[in-house]
Amino acid sequence: MTLRPDLAVIADHVAPGARVLDVGCGDGLLMAALRDTKGVDARGLELDAGNVAAAVGRGLSVIQGDADTDLADYPDQSFDYAILSQTLQTCRAPDKVLRDLLRIGGRAFVSFPNFAHWRVRLSLLWGGRMPVTRLLPERWYDTPNIHHLTIDDFRAHLAEQGIVTEGAWFLSRGRKTTSAAANMLAEHAVFLLRGTAGDSGSLHRK
Amino acid sequence: MSDDQRYGLGRHIVLPGPLRLDGGGMLAPVEIAYETYGTLAPDGGNAVLICHALTMDQFVASPHPRTGKPGWWTAMVGPGRPIDTDRMFVVCANVLGSCMGSSGPATIDPATAREYAMAFPVITIRDMVRAQAMLLDHLGVARLAAVVGGSMGGMQALSWAATFPDRVAAAVVIASAARHSAQNIAFHEVGRQAVMADPRWNNGDYYNGEVPAAGLAVARMAAHITYLSEAGLTEKFGRRLQARDAKSFGFDADFQVESYLRHQGLSFVDRFDANSYLYITRAMDYFDLAEEHGGLLANAFRASRARFCLVSFDTDWLYPTRESRAIVHALNAAGAPVSFMELSSPYGHDAFLLDSPELYRVVAGFLGAGA
Repeated sequence: MTLRPDLAVIADHVAPGARVLDVGCGDGLLMAALRDTKGVDARGLELDAGNVAAAVGRGLSVIQGDADTDLADYPDQSFDYAILSQTLQTCRAPDKVLRDLLRIGGRAFVSFPNFAHWRVRLSLLWGGRMPVTRLLPERWYDTPNIHHLTIDDFRAHLAEQGIVTEGAWFLSRGRKTTSAAANMLAEHAVFLLRGTAGDSGSLHRK
Repeated sequence: MSDDQRYGLGRHIVLPGPLRLDGGGMLAPVEIAYETYGTLAPDGGNAVLICHALTMDQFVASPHPRTGKPGWWTAMVGPGRPIDTDRMFVVCANVLGSCMGSSGPATIDPATAREYAMAFPVITIRDMVRAQAMLLDHLGVARLAAVVGGSMGGMQALSWAATFPDRVAAAVVIASAARHSAQNIAFHEVGRQAVMADPRWNNGDYYNGEVPAAGLAVARMAAHITYLSEAGLTEKFGRRLQARDAKSFGFDADFQVESYLRHQGLSFVDRFDANSYLYITRAMDYFDLAEEHGGLLANAFRASRARFCLVSFDTDWLYPTRESRAIVHALNAAGAPVSFMELSSPYGHDAFLLDSPELYRVVAGFLGAGA
């Protein structure tokens, strides 16, 4: 079983035996990998009924629900990690979802497609059309991505919110690329975050 | 095991009891009628308890002896089915208070040698569950691989996990709720009053005469509406007339929907006892799992080590999705492993009994994953 590159980065950096909430877990591929290779206690939240059924069939505990509305039901600091992979840009209120992730998990992995990648820029600059690329394959009217963001947008948001970056990985064509030029060269970004001092009580819990 | 008279179809056991009831009374002896399918593994680890709904019975996968109809969940339970009787040992018992062989108001009270009628104690969902636990003791089942139920069966499954946290490895709760809402109670009260308003009900003392068929039929008609969705009724009947070209300007069943409901009511009274209907609807109205645990539903599940799977249907307005979500929320708060899906169906509450490949897939996946 081969994980998508951003999921592989996350899987590599989750501590063994941790409690993990995967928000937008799809059919549960990452959760199953974490369970099978790291003994992780993984729970999932997923919007699509077919995906939930597939994940349940893998023996995973997954709730059909919406990150925008249903994260409020999870208790504070009930997981070691909350994961949001390729879902932030589909949320109606990504800032609120991010706050919920850091409230629920001691740490949060967030991955998203970088809208400032050079191919996207070229497409918009020369084509004058909303980009349709390998990682952003939908057209403007059928894309689930309603809040496009760039790596620099995200970095600025983290700084404004006082959210601490514990790790960041940038991917292009499945390979890691440098942090310095990431906003131009990376197709994907993966961030490992924790909340501000005020709400990071779980840091030394274990 | 084939020679062991505890297992098989058409079983009936009289347990000495006493069963201590939530209402304060005792019941002794305790009669339980049940069916078993499949073979109990030597380690006893493959037992699945199916809990039935209000007017269902133990004939989950075998023909009903009175109506001759096939079991009510044969697509879910059987060889190669999601609850696979080739692998699992499946038990389904008639609930306490019912009328298909388990102790209920139509049972003979040993103290008087007459039917209990309204002298039967008022029972709760938890009393039903405790009676089932006595049956499992008798069958040699210490711990259930799964307890599965829809509607009132789901309430029993929840009550099982809360009451016997060490005896349940997995619970499947379909189209159910952790408590009866004011609307649920209201509909049940209409049904009970319809029964009690029938002069033949005679304060419950009718076993040697005519049964209160008219009252029970009306109760069933009212309840049946709550099992269907408005869209389902419209699709099935619309305003179509029943075997006539024009309205009769009278009070015959002009409309197909009237004829259908009358048929539902009449066929129900042939197979169900009116007093049982009073007692079981009461048990459902009294059900409030949070109330039994200090007012906080999460507390009901803190000791549980079970995995949970909840399923709701989008057109079910009797036990709507928000009721399942409230349970999921509580299970999350208790840290219990829980899966939840809202399935789409045009058929309202009844959807859990109708053909639903999505439901079969989820149940099979959930149960198969735990084995």
